[in-house]
Amino acid sequence: MRGAALPLAVLAGLAAAPFLGFGDGFALTLIARAMILGMAALGLSLLVGGAGLASLGHAAALGVGAYAVAVLDLNGVTEGAVVFPAAVLAAALFSFVTGAVSLRTGGVHFIMITLAFGQMLFFTAASLSALGGDDGYTLYGRTEILGSRALESRLGFHFLLLGLLAAIWLLLSAVLGSRFGRVLRAAKEAPLRVRALGLSPYPFRLAAFTLAGAIAGLAGALLANATEFVSPAMAAWPRSADLLFMVILGGTGHLYGAILGALALVLLEEWLSHLFEYWRLVLGPLLILAVLFLRGGLAGITAQLGRRR
Amino acid sequence: MLNGVQFGILLFLVAAGLTLVFGVMDFINLAHGVQYMLGAYLAATLGIWTGSFWLGLLLSLPLALLAGLLLEVLVFRHFYGRDHMSQVLATFGVILVVDEAVRAIWGSSPLPVPQPEGLGSITLMPGLLYPVYRLVIIGAGLAVAGLLWLLVERTRTGMLVRAGASNAAMVSALGVDIRRLFTVVFGFGAMLAGFSGALAGPVFAVVPHMGDSVLILAFVVIVIGGIGSIRGAFLAAILVGLIDTLGKAMLPDLLRLVMDASPARQTGAALASMLVYVLMAVILAIRPTGLFGPSRA
Repeated sequence: MRGAALPLAVLAGLAAAPFLGFGDGFALTLIARAMILGMAALGLSLLVGGAGLASLGHAAALGVGAYAVAVLDLNGVTEGAVVFPAAVLAAALFSFVTGAVSLRTGGVHFIMITLAFGQMLFFTAASLSALGGDDGYTLYGRTEILGSRALESRLGFHFLLLGLLAAIWLLLSAVLGSRFGRVLRAAKEAPLRVRALGLSPYPFRLAAFTLAGAIAGLAGALLANATEFVSPAMAAWPRSADLLFMVILGGTGHLYGAILGALALVLLEEWLSHLFEYWRLVLGPLLILAVLFLRGGLAGITAQLGRRR
Repeated sequence: MLNGVQFGILLFLVAAGLTLVFGVMDFINLAHGVQYMLGAYLAATLGIWTGSFWLGLLLSLPLALLAGLLLEVLVFRHFYGRDHMSQVLATFGVILVVDEAVRAIWGSSPLPVPQPEGLGSITLMPGLLYPVYRLVIIGAGLAVAGLLWLLVERTRTGMLVRAGASNAAMVSALGVDIRRLFTVVFGFGAMLAGFSGALAGPVFAVVPHMGDSVLILAFVVIVIGGIGSIRGAFLAAILVGLIDTLGKAMLPDLLRLVMDASPARQTGAALASMLVYVLMAVILAIRPTGLFGPSRA
């Protein structure tokens, strides 16, 4: 369990945050955002770190989840027992179909095709005028859980997110450790040998892609609830690049790196945007330098420090 | 129809640089769209400054080249040997910086673009008035395409570029400074993107992030055409330009035949924006390396 010390500390920190002076609405909203994006990044980390598939359209699945909430809300359905499974299923289906096409290719083609599918969804969302088109759609309230408005409570929502984040982390760790996960990783390192062993990497990759999409769908539905607003910008490709950066920043070698990366990026963006008006002028170079020098990511650094001790 | 061809030509100019850079250097450059945007901004600003659109266009070319070379030396050079994911993220960082810089310098509202002087409209057919400038774009694009073909197929530099694309290490071993070749190709690609941005200025709005949508379409173009193939990029660009323009113009009308007007407009618009990507998916399902890609997967 040595390797689990850091992620457990991070999760404990998140659990304690509301009681350590970060309990006001603004801080909780920020942390909620980081946790939700962390979930999506965890799924992407399974693809990048586990299967070696760098998807640049991951935000599309996030968008599908968010738009599922909006579409159901438009039709008067706000029951969580319907909304969340629907969002997850829709995103899984979307990922399954786009994955089935894009996984036929590899390497840089894969990056571009996932990017193109992401844009396709973005433009489709922007042309849905019943849902506000470019301007987005404001939800009248958060999704209900069995008729109760439990998600309206800030603390309740915080701990629901935390629980889901931890559950997704455990689930994906188990997936990576299973036989399925080993085939995925083997197919990343040496696809030819996996074939020689009589296994085709394709179904394994498609399953991982669909799973990651489903998780992103859940994250999207939660994000729609957190902001009570859905817009095409959620699915825009810079968001996909953000997610990918979270995974890289956190470190692809460890799943929990995605959580670290999401926290780091969301907080960094927030901090910088308070310092300068044109804060992306600073974020851009930081991003380039991080990619250039932080090869193991944040998780890699902490793991190294642990080894030295 | 002609608008589609003209859009396709502009796409080709962007995609040609992208596919050259990718084919020769195995480098995926998301910042290519930003160079397109820079070209448009430079040309517009210089056009206002000199009082002539054409002077602005001419002056913006060396500046776009310079910007490309600067980016190459500062950032991209360090990422040639790295995996594609790192390149994607690094060039994404460049996008953030340049987009933000453009916003800081020129503001976020659209820039007024001087209209090219000396050109009116001509009557192509009775009742069909068409701006000459759009014909100029088509002509310029075709000229560049021809020039590019001559350059790549018939000159020594072009030969080196093609050789570098198929086996960079071997070319380097034969005593060619591959680094310099890369820099030249990169600068040239940046200039092409800048050129098409400058041409596009008077037709489309010059706004921050204008490069993003073009970039993605250019990616679609080179994926359809086959990465590294200029000929493929040309055909695919025209195809994508036509389908995108015609789809947006005609689908809502077509759907009106079977639906009410308002849902027809909505689904038509949604379908039209998906059309290009569906085309890409179909082509990839049949030929995973694109129309003119290398046969090896």
